[in-house]
Amino acid sequence: MSSVTQEQVEEVVHKALESFGADPTEFAPGTTFESLDIDSLDLAELSQIVDEEFGVTLKGDDMKQIRTLGDAVSLILERAA
Amino acid sequence: MSERPQDAVALVTGGSRGIGAAIAGALAADGWPVALTYRSGAQEAAAVVAAIEAAGGRAVALQSDVTADGAAAAVLETAREQLGGPVLTLVNNAGVREDDLAISLDDERWQRVIDTNLTAVFRMMREALGPMLRARHGRIVNIASVVGLRANAGQANYAAAKGGLVAATKTIAVEVARRGVTVNAVAPGFIATDMTADLPKEFLDGIPARRAGMPEEVAAAVRFLASDDAGYVTGSTLYVDGGLAA
Repeated sequence: MSSVTQEQVEEVVHKALESFGADPTEFAPGTTFESLDIDSLDLAELSQIVDEEFGVTLKGDDMKQIRTLGDAVSLILERAA
Repeated sequence: MSERPQDAVALVTGGSRGIGAAIAGALAADGWPVALTYRSGAQEAAAVVAAIEAAGGRAVALQSDVTADGAAAAVLETAREQLGGPVLTLVNNAGVREDDLAISLDDERWQRVIDTNLTAVFRMMREALGPMLRARHGRIVNIASVVGLRANAGQANYAAAKGGLVAATKTIAVEVARRGVTVNAVAPGFIATDMTADLPKEFLDGIPARRAGMPEEVAAAVRFLASDDAGYVTGSTLYVDGGLAA
């Protein structure tokens, strides 16, 4: 899993968020999930997608700490390393 | 109204006999490829599969103890592999009875009923929800009991599990409703199966319909709740009890 790149993680996260109805023109590292109208069910689904794609398990406590897209990408990269 | 994806499959726990076998048959008749699980009745399960295939349907029987660690994820994955699509209808039917008056009911028999009839069902739902959310389509039907609503002496463990199951059904239903996933319960009353064969026949006098229900009558309710037509029905409990809970 050490070969996972930031671009790959961003692509998966962005694709998932778009499928949840978020506006892709607003995607930036500092964008909060709240501002994208991403709720707890969306985040739970995102954690499943991340698990399937990268073998990274994000628990409920992890998801509570994630506020922005940048937070999510950093945490996934850190766990995948 | 969302239509089920073409590769969707159904899984019925405890599908080798009684109500579970009838449900497996009814879903297969509705076009669902069906995986049915059984704990020990391999021959009975094979007979259910053979009957479904003879009627032109598709089915597989999977041995699984629903209370075992990791059983839920494993059986869902095996069903997906063998039938070629995600489990988008889950019918939690497997259940046990260990009746006794509360004063005589030991911890072991309390726990066994809670483990099988409530905890194992929760685990199945938790593991099945991911693919349903991703597909934006899912049907979970939990087989509860009229005893979850109405007292029946000697069944404190069973009543607690089934009442808890109805409560969990409602809560999970509202968590996932916006993703096209419905979660409902069917509450049978006195149904003529092996599981009720030892109950006294005088019991029928207390049923407004004055007869036992048939497994196929429970299966028909499940078939509806699993259908595309039932997309706006969620968090509900449908009683199939001859008026017992009315």
